[in-house]
Amino acid sequence: MSLQLVVNVVVLAAIYALVGVGYVVVYRASRVLNLAHGELMMVGAYLLVGTASLFAGSPVVAVLVAALCGLVMGVIVYVALMRWMTGQTVLAAVLVTIALGILLRGLVVLGFTAQQFYPAAMLGWRNQSIEVASGARISAASAMLLAVTVVVYGALFLFLRFTRLGIQLRATGQNALLAAQRGIGLNAVYAFAWGLSTFTASIAGMLLALDSGAEGQMATIGLKAFPAALVGGLDSFVGAIVGSIIVAMAEIAAIQYVNPLLSDVVPFLVLLVVLAVRPWGLFGSREQLDRV
Amino acid sequence: MEAASPYAREVALLDRASLARTIVVLAALAVLPFVANAFLLDLANQVLLAVIGSLALMLLTGFAGQISLGTAGLLAAGAYSVGILSHDAGAPVWVTLPAAALVGATLGLVFGLPSLRLRGLYLAISTLGLHFIVVYFGGEYETRQQLATGLTVDPPSVLGFALTSDRGWYFVFLAGACLTLLIVKNLLRSRTGRAWQTLREREVVASAIGIDVQRYKLYAFVVSSTLLALAGALFAYFRSFVSIDAFSLYLTVQYLAMVIIGGMGTVPGAILGAAFVILLPYGIEAFAALLPARVGNMVFALDYAAFGLVMILFLLFEPRGLVGIARRLAAARGKGRP
Repeated sequence: MSLQLVVNVVVLAAIYALVGVGYVVVYRASRVLNLAHGELMMVGAYLLVGTASLFAGSPVVAVLVAALCGLVMGVIVYVALMRWMTGQTVLAAVLVTIALGILLRGLVVLGFTAQQFYPAAMLGWRNQSIEVASGARISAASAMLLAVTVVVYGALFLFLRFTRLGIQLRATGQNALLAAQRGIGLNAVYAFAWGLSTFTASIAGMLLALDSGAEGQMATIGLKAFPAALVGGLDSFVGAIVGSIIVAMAEIAAIQYVNPLLSDVVPFLVLLVVLAVRPWGLFGSREQLDRV
Repeated sequence: MEAASPYAREVALLDRASLARTIVVLAALAVLPFVANAFLLDLANQVLLAVIGSLALMLLTGFAGQISLGTAGLLAAGAYSVGILSHDAGAPVWVTLPAAALVGATLGLVFGLPSLRLRGLYLAISTLGLHFIVVYFGGEYETRQQLATGLTVDPPSVLGFALTSDRGWYFVFLAGACLTLLIVKNLLRSRTGRAWQTLREREVVASAIGIDVQRYKLYAFVVSSTLLALAGALFAYFRSFVSIDAFSLYLTVQYLAMVIIGGMGTVPGAILGAAFVILLPYGIEAFAALLPARVGNMVFALDYAAFGLVMILFLLFEPRGLVGIARRLAAARGKGRP
């Protein structure tokens, strides 16, 4: 019983961490808060619905193709939309992402209808329930999500520390002007950050869809991952993990012991507490914060 | 007669030219419900109700520069004040409306508190958090009362006259919108309005010239929230039904869009934007009839897509909104004249 709760917390934290990393990547590179992230994740799930019908026999190919499409989607969002918001106020950029989210919601329904899809069934993949310990179970898709989250964070750590592009991304985030003076192509870095963000979001969306189907409400999960990212500090990857664990624990506890209806509220309650006490988050950097 | 001083002109609610125009517009608006059919009358009611809300948001975001994503939460608070009071206690309208205003003012204080420490993005996010809390309490109330869909509200009655006809509602909304317009314009021409616009431009400057920044921020939140709660209360009576599903984030975005599409920081912008956002779905519906049936049947998805697209286009190409377009057109016409 209580072991099951632990498993639930770990899975939820992994979901928030995998979705939340996209907020952090874009925010760290360009100081833009992307409120369309949840919708982009949902589009990722629907990309799998699309490829699942094309590559019905081979789930791996379907997932890879869909994830690549997710990457391209982020680059397109930057090139076609966010690039033009350079130099505008922070608010205008956020509003553009909100509008993009609404546009995507509409387009997904227009393309796929409002009905729920089960890509797992379409791919002929069975989402088995695995017994972790006595009485505690985890679905195969959730286990995969947990593994993917670990891999993504590990790869991101290595990427940011040791690769040329990773260092350029960090430099751009620290000071875009200086980075540009040193010959870093800002547009390329930003486009890459957006691509990386939607790539991870798409994978998260696909794994969630394999577990419980693709539908319009998925975007809400994306929005709930945002408090997790902010609690840890919007520009910190370690913070995203810690924040996800804190928010997931609070949420599962509230559902279990207080009221299931609280599920959508708890992440934002945690967020309000953190904003009141330590607005830059647990691990975030303090200097560029928009504080009074 | 001597010419008015620049200051007197600055603070005047109406000058001579616009006085004549105002009278004409008011006369036209007074005649409208007697010539319009039921459909047009309903549209007019929706627009007028939205004008109250968008003026309130314009005051807060467009003039005082405080970003709020709590609009839907505040409208919900007003609507639920009416719903709960009249459903549980059978309270009459002259109790519920002041109660809704009080709830709005109190919530405005709460929503405004984060603005004392946070700015910009972080302020927007904290008001978003408060939105979810208000909505949670609404949903919780519905579950407690075992209401499957929402609560019904009896039409308001004053001295035995129940307000049920759309035409009656039209005049209520018209009066409400005009009153809100008057309040907003009156505040903006005063010391308060100037203080708000100064702190919108730069807070440091505002405090340097002796403006109590914290007080004026909270004041903006309280005035705006009170007006929004009253709009929510009217909405509850008008629809005679309150459900938490009506107050999603989408509603907040719609009000934000009114302010943006109309033109940030302008009073006429709030009115134009409200009309535009309310009428857009009807335009889409007419357009959808021309599309192939497969797409045409999903009108609500088309609404979403078109709404998002229009908002993006305005943000990218005309951040000054409809008012900006109008000003440019007027300037172009002025230039064309000999």
